[in-house]
Amino acid sequence: MRWIDQLKMRLQMLFARRSAGAALNEELRFHVEAQIEENRAAGMTAEEARYAALRAFGNPALVREQTRAAWSWNWLESLGRDLRIAMRSLVRTPGFAAIAIGVMALGIGTTVTQFTVVRSVLLKPLPFYDPDRLTAVYESKVADENPRDTVVAPGAFAEWRERNHSFASLALYGEAEMSLSASGGQLPEMLHGEQCTWNLFSTLGVKPALGRDFIESDDRPSANGVVILSSSLWKRRFGADPGIVNQTVHMNGQSYTVIGVMPAWFAFPTPSTQLWTPAYKYTPADRMQSLGAHQFLVVGRLLPGTTVAQAAADLALISSRLHDQHADNPFVGKNANVHPLLENMVGFLRVPLYMLLAATCCVLLIACLNMGNLLLARAAARKKEQAIRAALGGGWLRLLRERMIESLLLCFLGAAAGMALAEGLLQWFVAARKDTLRVEAIHIDAVVVAVTIGLTVFCAILAAAASSLRAPDRGLLATLQDAARTAGTGHVRAKLHKTMLALQVALTVVLLVGAGLLLKSYQQLRASNLGCATDNVLTMRIDLFGGKYGKPAEIVNLYSSLIDRVRALPGVEAAGYAVAVPGQGYWTDDGFSVVEHPPLPQGAALDAINRSVDPGYFRAMQIPILRGRTFDQSKRLDGANEAVISGLFAKQYFPNEEPIGKHLNVDGKSLEIVGVVADTRYDLADDPQPMMYFSIYSGLANGSELVIRSSRNVEQLALPVQKLVAQLDPSLPVSDVLTMDQLQGKSTVDQSFTSTLLAGFASLSLLLAVAGLFGVLSYIVAQRTSEIGIRLALGAERKQVLRQMLGDGLRPAMLGLVAGLAASAGVTRLIQAMLFKTEALDPWVFGIVALLLMLAATLACLAPAWRASRLDPMAALRTE
Amino acid sequence: MGKPSDLVQGTLDLLILKTLTPGAMHGWAIAKRIQQVSGEVLQVQQGSLYPALHRLEQQGWIKAKWAESETGRKAKFYALTAAGHKQLETEFANWGRLSAAINLVVGEA
Repeated sequence: MRWIDQLKMRLQMLFARRSAGAALNEELRFHVEAQIEENRAAGMTAEEARYAALRAFGNPALVREQTRAAWSWNWLESLGRDLRIAMRSLVRTPGFAAIAIGVMALGIGTTVTQFTVVRSVLLKPLPFYDPDRLTAVYESKVADENPRDTVVAPGAFAEWRERNHSFASLALYGEAEMSLSASGGQLPEMLHGEQCTWNLFSTLGVKPALGRDFIESDDRPSANGVVILSSSLWKRRFGADPGIVNQTVHMNGQSYTVIGVMPAWFAFPTPSTQLWTPAYKYTPADRMQSLGAHQFLVVGRLLPGTTVAQAAADLALISSRLHDQHADNPFVGKNANVHPLLENMVGFLRVPLYMLLAATCCVLLIACLNMGNLLLARAAARKKEQAIRAALGGGWLRLLRERMIESLLLCFLGAAAGMALAEGLLQWFVAARKDTLRVEAIHIDAVVVAVTIGLTVFCAILAAAASSLRAPDRGLLATLQDAARTAGTGHVRAKLHKTMLALQVALTVVLLVGAGLLLKSYQQLRASNLGCATDNVLTMRIDLFGGKYGKPAEIVNLYSSLIDRVRALPGVEAAGYAVAVPGQGYWTDDGFSVVEHPPLPQGAALDAINRSVDPGYFRAMQIPILRGRTFDQSKRLDGANEAVISGLFAKQYFPNEEPIGKHLNVDGKSLEIVGVVADTRYDLADDPQPMMYFSIYSGLANGSELVIRSSRNVEQLALPVQKLVAQLDPSLPVSDVLTMDQLQGKSTVDQSFTSTLLAGFASLSLLLAVAGLFGVLSYIVAQRTSEIGIRLALGAERKQVLRQMLGDGLRPAMLGLVAGLAASAGVTRLIQAMLFKTEALDPWVFGIVALLLMLAATLACLAPAWRASRLDPMAALRTE
Repeated sequence: MGKPSDLVQGTLDLLILKTLTPGAMHGWAIAKRIQQVSGEVLQVQQGSLYPALHRLEQQGWIKAKWAESETGRKAKFYALTAAGHKQLETEFANWGRLSAAINLVVGEA
């Protein structure tokens, strides 16, 4: 059968090529021998016979080559040969190879890293069953001047769950701080957990890896406490004990049974969630029926065929009916919003991540242009060699193919190094930013590898094309005769170099401007005035859960004994309590009304941020008391009937009257306003809002920040204070021991990270551009050595030569700078959303970048230009 | 014959296939045979013979075997395959059509 024979032939040609070559030689030799025999038989002498045979045979090398041309797999053989040649020529010039590979590795490595992050975080679907049908559901704010999403009140959720027609299931979840008591020699610990309805995991479509999921009967106030652990908590705290199921743990002073452990890859809603427990058990029943206590998040799985818009309309109808039914309660949500879950989770990361991806692509482009420059210089150096080979019969296509293969080889080697770099960078990133959303999904997969290969080929083609753009052909003969004395040699090549350089500079300028804007924005953010002392202030969180602190009196007792002891410590200037300090976020707000004012129309309501603090807090944080006084120390528990308001609060709700002495009605309790304090920011990035302060000695807040101010080095007080807490109650967990500076750093870590990263990329590009500038100018000087020598010999001043060379190098840099500034002006408005108190066209940033670049370019050009002006004319003229 | 042209390459294949019909032969014998049978008119150059032989082998019309020759040395013997036989018929038919056409044209003139 023909095809079997053919297959056999092809395999033999592929794997046994050398023996096939030997067989061919043998065959041809036999032919000649046979001819010689015939000639001898015809009567010639041995000599004559041999000569006649060889003459008749023709050129054996030619015959061999023509025969081999008929073989299969020839393209593979020539590819292998080209690769070997490229390898050898690279090994001969190790410096060039190292630089080229290094540049490509940097460019490809950074791009692949960023692409992996973008793909894993933004593009990959969530790792749940049929994730496209998962949605996040919100209520809409009461006053709909701008219908923003609000977190959900459990009463509204219950209504939705009963009456909707669009969802296969709806689940509720919210924060649950669990104080895990000491056990087995381990300290008590605060755990970030979630309280959820029993069907949360089944809505997402996930099952525990160990044990069982929640069932409906777990989610009742009368049920026994159950909890499902995260894999990391199980490993860290319980030693990955497979017998953990049905064990009892003590949290918040109650017993909980562990019924399951989630798989290692599961993280919902954030990577720092440690455990889950049923919400209807965790939160008191009356809270869970409230329509006005907005504090939960909702996730829903759409029915097949239902769209997001339909579901939103469905729920909006239910909400508005609910609102109308409870018109007297001003806090009932009016409307509902439904968003796809992935979009909701990572939507805010879109702009920063894509911006960084664009930046890495710029770096990659610069790396390619650099490679192009390097290859161009290399091609110029081998001009004569190429001409000789062309004269000997090598086609133009063949030479181009060789250059292409060299470029491909360099790019692939660079890509391999780049992939290793990317893997390392990703490992570092995952370890350093463990709490980033979806960080567990970040790893290199097949798609990333495919994209890398595609990128590599693209870069190789780009670089090879850039270096192959030829000057108009001056003919082989002219090139061979060329004795480099001719002025004007390689002028077109120099132009190419300069164009690529200008492009590099332009891209670098764009990156520098972006980095400058982000850095300025970050600096503005950090410089934002919180309105309180931040130097040498330590904070730590104390949570009073559990049986010992069930009554307000017990809570107040602990607070008061602790603060007295802390204030007595040497080195402590002042100390106080606050449920949340400035810069820690919005936290909570409360509805209120002013007793002395006329009642509000039905359906209207006032609310303001609320904070529970101790009387000494304002002094501790150096928040000035504008009018009146702080809380009365002696008023405790039910007697704590005072309130302090912030300046904005006074301005907004008591515009033309004295607030002190008036009363606020909060949750049915009447509080007398005794003082007005200066405003503070609850978040670095937001403007201050009206705030009302209550006394923590009412005993209603069972968790608080303890703040300690010292005149110097407050961190030394961390351990002594924790010891004090342990003395009072060894089972009390103390968490998040951070100075105010560290707290601010934590809240701005994203901006800090992004701006640092972009600054890094910009510096990298600047380095590449400067190196490119230096290289190109050196090359140009080398090309024009004899020309410069002639001019110096003819009487040109060294200063003139210096100036001319400098100009030669700086002109493309200037062009690039102008182009780059223009491009930046167009592009930076895309990142305006990320900028805080900084304009996208900030003249200072643009100015500084321009100056920086000119300085760098001048420095880069100075050395070669200086060398050119110092040439010895005689030596230059003698140069080959 | 001078340098092989496309037309001649096609006919060389035909000649080789036909020559191999009686039995297996090595390259030199094929060349000698063609020379003999054509009355010394067709002298196949090695530069075209061996490429043609190897090409026919790659395509599966002939298959090769190393065996002892008359002189006692090892030589590569080529033989027609079944597919080769069929190909010979096709080539022969093509040649007939081609030569008839050419005859018509030059016959006109």
